Amino acid sequence: MAVTDKTAEPASAAAGTSRRPRRRRTFGGRNLAFWYFVGPFLLGLIIFTYIPVGWSAYLSFFDARNTVTPASEDFVGLDNFVTMLTDENFRRSLVTFSIFAAIIVPITFASSLGLALAVNKVRIMRAFFRSVFFLPFACSYVVASLVWKMSIFAGVRYGMANTVLDWFGIESIPWLFGNDPPWFWLVIATLRLWIQCGFYMILFIAALQQIPEHLYEAAYVDGARPGWQTFWHITLPHLRASSVAVLMLVLIAAYQAFDEFWNLLPNSGNVPYARTPLIYLFHTSLGTSQDLGRGSAGALILALLIAIVTLFQGKLLGFGKPEGR
Amino acid sequence: MVSTKDRPKPVGYRPGVGSRASRIVNFVGLCLLSVVFLIPFYLIVRNALSTTQDITAPGWMWFPTDIQWGNFTELFNDEKVPMARSLLNSTVVSVLTTVGTLFLCTTAGYGLARIPYRHADKVFYAILATLMVPSAITFLPSFVMVSSLGWVSDLRGLIIPTLFNGFVAFLCRQYFLSFPKELEEAARVDGLGYWGSFWRIVIPNSKGFLAAIAVITFVTSWNSFLWPLVIGRSSDSWTVQVALSTFLTAQTVNLPQLFMAAAVAILPLVFVFLFLQRFLVQGVAQTGLKG
Repeated sequence: MAVTDKTAEPASAAAGTSRRPRRRRTFGGRNLAFWYFVGPFLLGLIIFTYIPVGWSAYLSFFDARNTVTPASEDFVGLDNFVTMLTDENFRRSLVTFSIFAAIIVPITFASSLGLALAVNKVRIMRAFFRSVFFLPFACSYVVASLVWKMSIFAGVRYGMANTVLDWFGIESIPWLFGNDPPWFWLVIATLRLWIQCGFYMILFIAALQQIPEHLYEAAYVDGARPGWQTFWHITLPHLRASSVAVLMLVLIAAYQAFDEFWNLLPNSGNVPYARTPLIYLFHTSLGTSQDLGRGSAGALILALLIAIVTLFQGKLLGFGKPEGR
Repeated sequence: MVSTKDRPKPVGYRPGVGSRASRIVNFVGLCLLSVVFLIPFYLIVRNALSTTQDITAPGWMWFPTDIQWGNFTELFNDEKVPMARSLLNSTVVSVLTTVGTLFLCTTAGYGLARIPYRHADKVFYAILATLMVPSAITFLPSFVMVSSLGWVSDLRGLIIPTLFNGFVAFLCRQYFLSFPKELEEAARVDGLGYWGSFWRIVIPNSKGFLAAIAVITFVTSWNSFLWPLVIGRSSDSWTVQVALSTFLTAQTVNLPQLFMAAAVAILPLVFVFLFLQRFLVQGVAQTGLKG
């Protein structure tokens, strides 16, 4: 018993269970402390991220339908990757994403920056405005889809948008119904814009408040008129880091668009004109065909694409550079 | 540091941008935009308290002819929609996810920030690497794992895989790096080890940061849809978002009931926004600035 106590002592001293005033920390004790702080987290990360990703990579080389443990004769090599890359629907889903990103990234960026500037400028009721624009973030995409689909953009007479159009004598528009409805991008883009632009506005406001006031004073003394000039030469350069962060966050979020497409569009988003990559993967791997092999191959391809785009965008916009903060 | 407030302002300089006219335009614009932003909330409340006839009436009705409080009890009495059960599930999942994430990520973040260890860098990069792959893409691999553990349609499958959030651990590490070392050193002199000083000194002095992380985690968990949809195969394990989505895509829809369900689903978060917004704003600013 006494022997065990002696060997355990350095560890417990470092761990703080011992009350002795002089610490005797050995290397072993400090290591132990590190592991009981970080160990549980790392273990979970291995079990729920590393092993699954590895397993999924393994499955992508097999004809794995309805199973997570395919037999060795189901090995198909790179067939799943070839099938996915030559799959018309998968490639079309990447086009859908690109259209979506091309719409949502610029408008989110411009609106959240505009809101931040306007809220930062106003002198009264600032907290009220900030709260109102941020409040939609409390709404899930499911709730927002419900309002958009059933009330605002209901394709019938009593829908709010159609009511407004009716006041101006314009025919009702079947927003989300029918075969390839022409206006569905408007519905989808406004929904995401409404939810997320307050969130990014908060980021921009935080950055705006970091800009030292004396820069504007100096500009005033130098004869720069407040407004466009100071915005272009003082405000915007100081928002560089935040702008890059916002652009990347919006783009990565758009890549993973799922909720609103699933809930707004017919057939759980499984429609040829607006199937996002994630929706397509979901229906491939967990729909009726349960093709986990092809689904895994698709997930790997997507993960790779996101990594490349992120790195490329980061390089392009100089992410991580300290200047301008 | 000399505060910029103490220095004399240049003559004629007024803080804020622009003339009086531009400020008025700005204010009016903000008021109009506020109304637009609030319309969806108004519609939820209006429709939740209306009859189907009011909602689908040929002329637009700003307010229900007769407020239907009964829609609320009807929603919970309807056996086709497991509203009470899914609300309970959502509450359990969000609360446990928040508590678990906070515990695991703060301890990991502290260990990485403060305990010198030869391989700490490697561990840190192993965590950073998981940030490269967006969580939504890993839904399939994670599903493979969870289904082999037998946690499909089980609250464990909804909660446990989401606890090990590399991004939150990263934020915690960054935060603890900037935590004043002197406080901890004083604790060490008093004989506290890492574990003791973490719980008695560091955590009690980090309430604002912890609240910010907690609120963000709670909101994200309550609103998440893809993972609960993947795991919640039977209606017993639906979260409120999955229940709403099923309700929304059903063949026949009872409009007032649908909107009442939506109102009930956002109510907890509206309270969070009203009372804890300070922490939420702080959390967003922290989350975003780290990119």
